[in-house]
Amino acid sequence: MSVLEVKNLVKQYRMRDGWKGRTLTAVKDVSFTIESGRTVALVGQSGSGKSTLAKLLMQLETPTSGVIELDGKPVVRRGAGLRQYRSDVQMVFQDPFASLNPYHTIAHHLARPLILHGKAKGRDEIDAGVARLLERVRLEPDMANRRPHELSGGQRQRIAIARALAPEPKILVADEPVSMLDVSIRLGVLNLLADLQREENLGVFYITHDLATARHFSDDILVMFTGEIVERGPADDVILNPQHEYTRLLAEAAPNPEKRISA
Amino acid sequence: MTTTTQDPALAAGAATAVSRRVTLPPMTPKLAAGLLLGGAITLFGLLGPLFVGNPSTVNNIGLSGPGNGFILGTTQTGQDVFAQLAYATRGSLTIGLIVGVLTLFLSAFFGIVGAYAGGWLDESFSLFSNVMLVIPGLPLIIIISSYVPDKSILLVALVLAITGWAGSARVLRGFTLSLRNRDYVAAARVSGEKPWRVLGVEILPNLIPLLASQAVFAVIFAILGEAGLSFLGLGASGSFTWGTMLYYAQNGLALRLGAWWWFVPPGLLIALFGAALSLINFSIDEIINPKLRNQTRATRKKWNLSKSQLKQVVKEDEL
Amino acid sequence: MTISEETQARADRATTARAHPVLTVDDFSVEYRGERVVQAVRNVSLELGRGEILGLAGESGCGKSTLAYGINRLLKPPAMITSGGAHFHSREGYSIDLGELHGEDLRAFRWDKISMVFQGAMNSLNPVINIRAQLEDIFTTHRPEMSKKERREKCAELLERVGVDRSRLLSYPHELSGGMRQRVMIAMAMALDPQIMIMDEPTTALDVVVQREILREITRLRAELGFAVIFITHDLPLLLEISDRIAIMREGEIVELRDAVDLYTDPQHPYTKKLLASFPSLTGARGSFVRGHAQDRNEEVS
Repeated sequence: MSVLEVKNLVKQYRMRDGWKGRTLTAVKDVSFTIESGRTVALVGQSGSGKSTLAKLLMQLETPTSGVIELDGKPVVRRGAGLRQYRSDVQMVFQDPFASLNPYHTIAHHLARPLILHGKAKGRDEIDAGVARLLERVRLEPDMANRRPHELSGGQRQRIAIARALAPEPKILVADEPVSMLDVSIRLGVLNLLADLQREENLGVFYITHDLATARHFSDDILVMFTGEIVERGPADDVILNPQHEYTRLLAEAAPNPEKRISA
Repeated sequence: MTTTTQDPALAAGAATAVSRRVTLPPMTPKLAAGLLLGGAITLFGLLGPLFVGNPSTVNNIGLSGPGNGFILGTTQTGQDVFAQLAYATRGSLTIGLIVGVLTLFLSAFFGIVGAYAGGWLDESFSLFSNVMLVIPGLPLIIIISSYVPDKSILLVALVLAITGWAGSARVLRGFTLSLRNRDYVAAARVSGEKPWRVLGVEILPNLIPLLASQAVFAVIFAILGEAGLSFLGLGASGSFTWGTMLYYAQNGLALRLGAWWWFVPPGLLIALFGAALSLINFSIDEIINPKLRNQTRATRKKWNLSKSQLKQVVKEDEL
Repeated sequence: MTISEETQARADRATTARAHPVLTVDDFSVEYRGERVVQAVRNVSLELGRGEILGLAGESGCGKSTLAYGINRLLKPPAMITSGGAHFHSREGYSIDLGELHGEDLRAFRWDKISMVFQGAMNSLNPVINIRAQLEDIFTTHRPEMSKKERREKCAELLERVGVDRSRLLSYPHELSGGMRQRVMIAMAMALDPQIMIMDEPTTALDVVVQREILREITRLRAELGFAVIFITHDLPLLLEISDRIAIMREGEIVELRDAVDLYTDPQHPYTKKLLASFPSLTGARGSFVRGHAQDRNEEVS
């Protein structure tokens, strides 16, 4: 049972504007919890700060202030502590075309995290590990010697998920994992994530702009607007009975064919 | 879906064992022409000197055209032009090679490492590159020349490399900056890769086409630069290069005397080799920018259109 | 409008479509030539009614954009129209074969009768010219007889019609938000009062809130001015909300073309059902899709 706690996270960027500078606050005083076995969705439009939040969670940026704690211990930003964090918290990126290096084979992408986190050593263990990962995301093992450009978007995203699973993490951050995929493939990938979450008892942080899939796949929803969390609660409550004005706006703005046929 | 017939681990093993194929440019007539021409000249430079006579031997014939056992005639002092050409090819190619390699390393270091590291290192490397870019090359070379009257090929190569790497560095820096922000680099960091590995294993391989193109560019610059320097008398006057041949031809009033066999061959070889390298560079560009592949007449042929259809297509293109 | 009034209006428009269409596309096919020949559009036939909103739905690569470009004669080689054609039937009574327009005629026809809002249109505005100049450009090209004063007034009117205050006329594109830029693109498409507007993913890159506003503008303008719209997108729920009829495209063919509500409540083709099952319902029971059961969940690896 793992808990990732975010407390009062703030991220400011200093923008240069001629002689004087401006401060852009991308994330303002954000707090929430991600637990094993539960999916939390972060719903926000572009510019809300959700991508910045993802980067902060993955230690790709350092917060201006605030704390991130994994299992009660504050996060360490370098050395062995960082290595351990990376082994516990992993990420699936949004763009399946950009998150895989076109130069390397799929096997390289999957083998590296296995080696780095000590999950496999030596040729045989690594090969077995790569094959196992491919199986977990329901892909054929002969995909290992292909390169990213030979695969479809859906396949690439499954590889990205496999790569994230390699270190056997406890928390998975999924940053808009299906928004760049073809419509009919999206649910397949989301269902895979849901299945994996159940099987591994992962804590999943699902970042998206799509309310419908957020409601469908998560237990709780956080609504983000200009850097702040404006509403939070169980998925159904937030969507069907929104309290904050912005959430109401979002719920009303989302395309909903039901409107046309219900009185 | 296909059923697995092999042991999964074995299949994966075969995969990781496969060596990483570098993307080679597709063989097109352009590339073939470039490689053939460049290859032929390089071969001439490598093997030519083994088969010709001594280029420095002075004969009593004086200035004479092709014939009398001299394929390309003789210089003013009766030296064998063909022999000189062979040694000159070797000399110029050596300079090209040294400058190419040196420029590659200098520009890669100041361009790529700086851009990847970011922060003050990037700022200082970038500043240094820009300053080197702006320093006028020719006056610098003249100053260096005045201190060292007898220059070796190595010195000339060094000077050319020092004045030429900055432009390349800027290009590499720009590209590295864009690569650094790609998702797969972030993904590698998130996986736990150390910074040096990210640079060497994730970023560098994607820079190879650009590096190759810049290296070829540097060689062209070196050969033309050396030719120019030598013509002004600032080159490696003690050695044989295409440039020094032109210098001596000019001094020997070859143009005025109509001794075409003296200055046309080196000039022609400079032009041909430059053209060959440029053709190779165009092909490398096509890897970097696949859009370029569709523009040629050769690709249009593949569309299998009738003459009238093609005409209409061209007309509509202009609308 | 109540639900029943709306349904009636839709049915009327559908009948008109069959009787007096503004655009007919017959057996339209487009190929991409190259090392392999790719059939992008296969024998597509459809009719667009006057003032109708026809949704063209499909996933990437299905040919919907190619179809739109083909109708508008915007295809560049190696794309070739290999069969069929499109005919435009003006409200003034005459018909034009779009394949037979060339040169000056084509130039004059474009934008005047059929206009297009392209994908990523927000980035199609010239960054160094202000909005008014770009709008005026349309009039100087197509209505040279207008005086400068008339032109300026028309530009201001156009902008207000799409809900942008006329004080933004002298702004540059980078000074406007994404939503505003898209409205400017729609204004530009409407400038000459076209009878058909083709919109290729006009709201895809926008915030869902801004998207809702833009859609409201489009439906309002359609009601006011009576132009027909071909709305191309992969977002099926969106189409289900605003279209009169919807055409589902797959691999270059139209697999189903029906009234929007009928398509939603009673889909016939398996691909339509599959698409509908890909969109979870926002307000319906949790775990159910727009249409389809959890058991229909597509496990196929693609």
